[in-house]
Amino acid sequence: MNLFLQQLINGLNVGSIYALIAIGYTMVYGIIKLINFAHGEIMMFGAYFAFIAATSFNLPVWAVLLSSMVIMAIIGVAIEFIAYRPLRNAPRLSALITAIGVSLFLQNLALIIFKPDPKVMPKIFPETIYKIGEIEISSTTLITIGLSLFFMVLLDLFIRKTKQGRAMRAVSEDKDAAILMGINVNRTISLTFAVGSALGALGGVLYSVAYIQVYPTMGVMPGLKAFIAAVLGGIGIIPGAMLGGFIIGMVETMTKAYLSTTWADAIVFAILIVVLLFKPTGILGKNTREKV
Amino acid sequence: MKKRVVSVLLVVMFTASIFAFAGCSTSGGSSDVVKLGFIGPMTGDAAIYGSSAEEGAQLAVAEINAAGGIDGKNIELIAYDSKADQTEAINAYNRLRDQDGVVAVIGGTLSGETLAMKDIMVSDNMPVLSPTATAVEVTQDAPNVFRACFLDDYQGQAAANFAATTLGAKTAALLIGTGNPYSEGVSEAFKAAFTAKGGTIAGSESYGTADKDFSAQLTKIKEMNPDVVFVPDYVQTVGPILQKAKEMGITAKFVGADGWDGVQEEYADAAQGNYFTNHYAADSPSETVQNFITAYKAEYNKVPNSFAALGYDAVYAMVEAITAAGSTESADIITALNATDHPGVTGTLKFDEEGNPKDKEVTIIKIDGGQLKYDSTVVNK
Repeated sequence: MNLFLQQLINGLNVGSIYALIAIGYTMVYGIIKLINFAHGEIMMFGAYFAFIAATSFNLPVWAVLLSSMVIMAIIGVAIEFIAYRPLRNAPRLSALITAIGVSLFLQNLALIIFKPDPKVMPKIFPETIYKIGEIEISSTTLITIGLSLFFMVLLDLFIRKTKQGRAMRAVSEDKDAAILMGINVNRTISLTFAVGSALGALGGVLYSVAYIQVYPTMGVMPGLKAFIAAVLGGIGIIPGAMLGGFIIGMVETMTKAYLSTTWADAIVFAILIVVLLFKPTGILGKNTREKV
Repeated sequence: MKKRVVSVLLVVMFTASIFAFAGCSTSGGSSDVVKLGFIGPMTGDAAIYGSSAEEGAQLAVAEINAAGGIDGKNIELIAYDSKADQTEAINAYNRLRDQDGVVAVIGGTLSGETLAMKDIMVSDNMPVLSPTATAVEVTQDAPNVFRACFLDDYQGQAAANFAATTLGAKTAALLIGTGNPYSEGVSEAFKAAFTAKGGTIAGSESYGTADKDFSAQLTKIKEMNPDVVFVPDYVQTVGPILQKAKEMGITAKFVGADGWDGVQEEYADAAQGNYFTNHYAADSPSETVQNFITAYKAEYNKVPNSFAALGYDAVYAMVEAITAAGSTESADIITALNATDHPGVTGTLKFDEEGNPKDKEVTIIKIDGGQLKYDSTVVNK
């Protein structure tokens, strides 16, 4: 039982990071129907900026997180402006291919700037181990889960309660009608990229703190898994991405714990296939009929 | 129309560039230098191994050239980055053979890349001395392939002997990188030798090559509560594993193999008090070792790791063979290599029929206060 609870915590830890990254995928998809494959690289750059902020500038924790999130929000907006906005009215496939291109570009850019050898992320969170009965939780795990949940709640409030949030929902529901209602669509899309990228950066920082390394290809696997999480929860639906992230993290950890470590990734990817076959709209998705 | 002109131009340019490169390739192989090739990872996860081995090799080349080279001919060591990738390694080897015209190869550095190149090397009958590839298959059915380091199973056995005898361990857990022949090979031997010594294997966990999350496996190992945990992998994987284990409060001693060399640099805290098997110890009192360390420090301003020492020994042994052969013909060099008896930094290098070192000593190193300390020596009989 204790072993199970311990594994549950491990799963929550990974899951919360996947959830943070998955939100970025799902927000962007919700608003412009684009699967932003560069999101994993946003996460990677976020981790690098945090690494630089922590090692070269010795900033306090909150400043490390904040600076990385703000810088990546700006870069996210810039990517949208340079690479995706010109293709707004092009076929969706063009934008998807561009997204893959941006992803490869960013990965190789990081390879040139930061060199391929992994950097060791300093411990930016205080390190203590809490004992609850037989179960041990490190402060890093608690902070990771706590920060993720905090930002998810914040995002939910932002989308439901603010004017900007309402504009986002309006644009994602019907872009043309939103324009007629006087919503500045371009600004709303920029804002979506900013928020999604900031959360992706946070995910990257937490990931690199948990697994202590920062390297140019670190965004690939978590990015893919977060993407699966977003599809699993129902792409375009924010609570779905959160739920999907936690499920994927849990499935991965439990497979490693009770089935086989070598099968963990295969099972996670098999989930994607099963979802696409039986419920393509995801767990929280509603079946909508395509209007002709 | 304009587009067609552009594409015709592109085709012409491509064709021209192919010929231009082809032109380059014929200029290799001048006769006043003896060219040796070196292949190893100099970037990526395993960069530390390739670049260290190359530094050791370059140091040996510089020393030999300063002492007159081979019969007055200077040696040139041409090194290519394998990026720890099997395809890259094969490309590097082909380039060394065709474009540079090397007479012998020092490499590859990792087992995986060496095995990838092995078949081509054998059909070329190229004299090959790998400084550090430890997988058993590297020298099998390959009369032209030799190695300077001991084998995976040899050091796995030594680690098990050390754990059972010196540490007095009764139970051991294994954490193995699947898809990594090095990790799997050492683990197999450890398992067999540890059981033979009367120990029990409490369990064995594994992880994939790209895995970064080891919490599920370590949670299970913690539950097993073994005396030692055996983790034979490279630093970039071992570091995060040790870090996580420390965070989780696992108190068992961790034991590793030579892939751990360098772990003290970035993961000193996490690795504190743990042990691994290695090829040499920098704090050994031997004169050969100390001379090497002084020269290496003067050149690179750091303490050499065992990969550097093996690269250094490999070049000396190869040059001795070429000198003894009195020619740069592959067959002559290989015959001379078989008769090698070189007192090197990592022990005396002699080869058995298969091209593996005979009765080499295994050094046990302890990580203590961010330093690698000599602990003891194990010889398997």
